[in-house]
Amino acid sequence: MEVAVKKRILSGVCATVAVIVIWQLLTALMTPKYMTSIPEGALIAEYYEETSPHQVLFVGDCEVYENFSPITLWEEYGITSYIRGSAQQLIWQSYYLLDEMLRRESPEAVVFNVLSVKYGTPQNEAYNRMSIDGMRWSSSKWGAVQASMTEEEDAITYLFPLLRYHSRWNELSGEDITYLFRRDRVGYNGYLMQTGVRPVTSQPPWVPLEDYTVPQTCMDYLDKMREICEHYGVELILIKAPSIYPLWYEEWDAQIAAYAEAHGLAYYNFLAMSEEIGIDWERDTYDAGLHLNVWGAEKLSTYFGKLLTEKHGLTSQKNDAVLSGIWAEKCAAYAAEKANAVSPY
Amino acid sequence: MLFTSYEFLLFAALLLVGYYLFPRAWQWRLLLVASLVFYWLAGPRYLIFLLLTASSTYAVGRWMDANLRAQETTLTEQRQAWEKEQRKSFKAREKKKRFRMLLLGLIFNFGMLAVLKYTGFAVHNVNRLLHAFGAENTLNIPSLLLPMGISFYTFQSMSYLIDVYREKVSAERHPLKFLLFVSYFPQLVQGPISRYADLGPQLTAGHAFSSRNVRWGLERVLWGYFKKLVIADRALIVIKALLDEPASYRGMYVLMMILLYTVQIYADFTGGIDITVGLSEAMGIRLTENFNRPFLSRSTKEYWNRWHITMGTWFTDYVFYPLSVCKPMQRLSKFSRQHFGNAVGKRIPVYLATVATWFLTGLWHGAGWNFIVWGLLNCLVILVSQECVPLYTRFYRRFPRLNESAVWHGVQAARTVLLMGVIRTLDCYRDVPLTFRLWGSMFTTFNYGDLFNGAVLDLGLGRADWILLLIATAVMFAVSLWGIREPVRAKLDRHPTAEASAVALVFLLIMIFGAYGIGFDASQFIYNQF
Repeated sequence: MEVAVKKRILSGVCATVAVIVIWQLLTALMTPKYMTSIPEGALIAEYYEETSPHQVLFVGDCEVYENFSPITLWEEYGITSYIRGSAQQLIWQSYYLLDEMLRRESPEAVVFNVLSVKYGTPQNEAYNRMSIDGMRWSSSKWGAVQASMTEEEDAITYLFPLLRYHSRWNELSGEDITYLFRRDRVGYNGYLMQTGVRPVTSQPPWVPLEDYTVPQTCMDYLDKMREICEHYGVELILIKAPSIYPLWYEEWDAQIAAYAEAHGLAYYNFLAMSEEIGIDWERDTYDAGLHLNVWGAEKLSTYFGKLLTEKHGLTSQKNDAVLSGIWAEKCAAYAAEKANAVSPY
Repeated sequence: MLFTSYEFLLFAALLLVGYYLFPRAWQWRLLLVASLVFYWLAGPRYLIFLLLTASSTYAVGRWMDANLRAQETTLTEQRQAWEKEQRKSFKAREKKKRFRMLLLGLIFNFGMLAVLKYTGFAVHNVNRLLHAFGAENTLNIPSLLLPMGISFYTFQSMSYLIDVYREKVSAERHPLKFLLFVSYFPQLVQGPISRYADLGPQLTAGHAFSSRNVRWGLERVLWGYFKKLVIADRALIVIKALLDEPASYRGMYVLMMILLYTVQIYADFTGGIDITVGLSEAMGIRLTENFNRPFLSRSTKEYWNRWHITMGTWFTDYVFYPLSVCKPMQRLSKFSRQHFGNAVGKRIPVYLATVATWFLTGLWHGAGWNFIVWGLLNCLVILVSQECVPLYTRFYRRFPRLNESAVWHGVQAARTVLLMGVIRTLDCYRDVPLTFRLWGSMFTTFNYGDLFNGAVLDLGLGRADWILLLIATAVMFAVSLWGIREPVRAKLDRHPTAEASAVALVFLLIMIFGAYGIGFDASQFIYNQF
């Protein structure tokens, strides 16, 4: 081979390697870090840092990652749990996240918050990214991408996030440098602690809908969720978290209740049980009834933990020394953050 | 499938690999399939019109060719029997037949173009006339399909037909090979308008893999994407903002529009052509160049010899020259010379042909009065320049050194580009009276302070984006100037390390600074709409 040709090939190989390396660095730099703002964007990826198994896996939207505290479940009932939720997480995203988790561990119960059955089509690119970007590459992630993309999206941008985030070059901040190769933990087993207090001052207006039928796509994914749980021998529990808004229509509730009954699943509408749970809408919400704050989340978790132990047979794991050690650290971090908050009680 | 879509990149990559994996004799078949798939993806119904043009042109071309051969055979057979006059009369008769067939082909295809592209415009104008005469009822404006690239492939096909008639080329015998000439996808979107003699044989000839062709071709493609994505589509953000409420952006904003649109259309159109020519080059197919640094033009006439060259030569060869020398024009010329003298007489046919050519050039660009006025204004500038030649000659006789001065050349080029830029805003403002008012506002609305008080940052681009746009534009022109004596790729070719580094750098710059993806409006190439 001629020297000139060799030199050309070598130059080409070196340039390709350089492009790949720079590409990776740029991807790390441009991808949103979700550390100082919109921390919920960082929740999905945190799951991979888990070192111990979980008895209960939650999937759903903000109504799970802000309304249930796995720390309370552990402290009060010794139940190990993890919440895999993100903002406006659609039912198919919950399904694919569940699919991914069930390949990695064998929980006793899966809890799915049903609010997302109201959305039968892909909704919002930004929320899609928060749900999917944090997933590691697998057939589950590919399925989530395919099911979630809005018309403006391209699957390739999930494969190469730089193609999506390149336009952030003119809005990079110190956070992008600080968290170039690492992330802080923002959640406690997927729970995002909210410590503000903003009482409910009014009930949201009731808006009639043209059609109250739960979209067929959602029912299909509910079937898939049920089937995958049956396949792995895990109990599927359906819940509706207590949130005053967005509206949860009785017609939807009836359809979910009927589905649960038809398939022998447990379904708890905690919105209807707010009083029984003891939620004080003056003090237990940080955004006037959309989500619970940490005090509300703890009340709900206490209530749900009782149900899990009494009705679903979950037992305390506190006797496990290794688990106790791991959870002790989590509880300490949780307590430290909570200690900084001003309690409404 | 937009050239800027991921699908197109995948499509082009697969085609390129497949092209060289295929036996050479089969490469053109792959190109044909790819072209038809590309067009089908743009709109399955468009394909019908493309096939109609291709089949009618093929049939007429074949008929003319067969007629010509039959004529030759008859003449050979009758060599002894026929007198010269007989032979001449026979030839004239046959030529007339061929002319009638040519006319049929032209009327059918230009008719199809006219109906699809200009019916709405015609009906709209008829309605205005009816309204002006007090009619209450107006005609419904039909909503017709406008097949992608119809102006380009119609013009390319008709140039083939005329060339067959003129016996410049023989008609293509293979219908599928001819279909490939009409439908060759890279140039279907925005040209160049190739001639059959240049492109036809190349498309069907097999090409052996050449690393130089592939490298150079892809380098040009990359540079095209740089122009399109980093410059044109970034400038487009401001242009769209200015066009949102054009009447409220007067004075300085009009000047800004002129300059930005000049940069944007140059980067967009030459970028698209770079992608087209580069992709073809990677497959060993050399397309006719469509640009030759128009921003260096010292006159409007020169500008039109450097900008959209293939369209200019098309109109020159198939409209201007035939019109100038046609019999009625010759009679008019004779009449004018007799009645108005030699100086005026010889101008009349040329000027009439020029006006007609520019009228049609304007119309080709779009079905709207703004395009027609745009064409006629270009014509006016060219004719006035032509009339001023004696004045220029006297001026340069007085200042002989000026004509050699690079600074003066720069001033002339800037003047030409600015003038062309001003006229071109008719293309974006669309409304002719409004455009004239906005031009006037440059001298009556003194809001030039907005350039420095941050007002321009409200037009969709932040400070960093503006700086990037300016730098990228400067780089684009600098690279173009650098390549005057020798193509930049030839220079880089001698230094493999520099070549690889440049390619890697441009690739990364496009990836980071390209105005693509969510948050940006993926825009069609401007010339796509023609």
